[in-house]
Amino acid sequence: MSQLFSKANREALVNPLNLNNPIAVQVLGICSALAVTAQLEPAIVMGLSVTIITAFSNLIISLIRKSIPNRIRIIVQLVVVAALVTIVSQVLKAFAYDVSVQLSVYVGLIITNCILMGRLEAFAMMNKPWPSFLDGIGNGIGYAIILVIVGFVRELLGSGTLFGLQVIPDWCYEHGYMNNGMMTMPAMSLIIVGCVIWAHRAYNKELN
Amino acid sequence: MEHLISLFVRSIFVDNMIFAFFLGMCSYLAVSKSVKTALGLGVAVTFVLLITVPVDYLLQMYVLGPDCLVQGVDLSFLSFILFIAVIAAIVQLVEMIVERFSPSLYNALGIFLPLIAVNCAIMGASLFMQQRVTMPDTNSQAITSIWDSVAYALGSGIGWLLAITCLAAIREKMAYTDVPRPLQGLGITFITVGLMAMAFMCFSGLNL
Repeated sequence: MSQLFSKANREALVNPLNLNNPIAVQVLGICSALAVTAQLEPAIVMGLSVTIITAFSNLIISLIRKSIPNRIRIIVQLVVVAALVTIVSQVLKAFAYDVSVQLSVYVGLIITNCILMGRLEAFAMMNKPWPSFLDGIGNGIGYAIILVIVGFVRELLGSGTLFGLQVIPDWCYEHGYMNNGMMTMPAMSLIIVGCVIWAHRAYNKELN
Repeated sequence: MEHLISLFVRSIFVDNMIFAFFLGMCSYLAVSKSVKTALGLGVAVTFVLLITVPVDYLLQMYVLGPDCLVQGVDLSFLSFILFIAVIAAIVQLVEMIVERFSPSLYNALGIFLPLIAVNCAIMGASLFMQQRVTMPDTNSQAITSIWDSVAYALGSGIGWLLAITCLAAIREKMAYTDVPRPLQGLGITFITVGLMAMAFMCFSGLNL
């Protein structure tokens, strides 16, 4: 058991949460992070889907890494990822249809999410299955954290709700508080991610 | 003809891949440091789009759609895998062509050339095309023939090219400005793109 969570393995899991965050530091998987964060619920579903897919694609590629010919590895990786994404997309359609409609093409676009290819190339091709699995989970969660932060800010300021429930009391509106419609526009998510990165770098001085 | 022009102009300005859907962000942020390489990547992306979208359109119409191969069978759940295979094959082709005819561009693009395969803009255009195929003829966004898909692909590619060239030009100038240390690089780029996206929002009323 202690071997399963040795220091190297723990680092594979924990590093991507902060110092090696896929969005803020590695700059991977930005597209979907920006597009699905107008509300909190799709952001969380997206984060979960990506975590599951990264973890299992890392595991599968790492299991077969020695038998993949180097020249066609990208296609092999893409096929594994595409199969997993197809499964997740069908599951979402069956059990969470509303969210899957909201996410529209962005579920399919998990295939081309750079986090997956980035981690497969940089980690799973060179490491044993168990650390790769942990690395996948860590990166997925690191990605989900940023999504949740951006989704939280945008939904709270943009529509005054969280998970679709109103959290800003009526008397605020009566005294002239207004929802910031800008926040629901796509452009604001870029600026919020920019600010998140700013704060993250200002806090972690060694990243500069 | 009118429909073609409308589709083309709308996909450049209104449904811009970067500013409206954030597709292809990873390479967009990483390669936009100089106008020359940005232009090269933009042309490569446009070229790949111009081939993949019509090919995927034919696949969708004659293989994947309902009742195409076998009566009563809808294969569209396989679209992720088939589309990504087409894209990967064509990117491989483009890579060989660029290496043969323009070694300097090949070196400048580096890893981002094979990564066009996982550029979300390419996959995204195919998936949006799949959504638009089912729209009624009267809708201005509907794609009903192969020429429509060519116009859509060309427009999306040029929109992407326009966006990356603009950002590269701004970043070249921005290199001389005094940006706060933690905001330098990634942070300020995000905020710049956000402001550009806001500027592009004023095209959203455009109606042809």
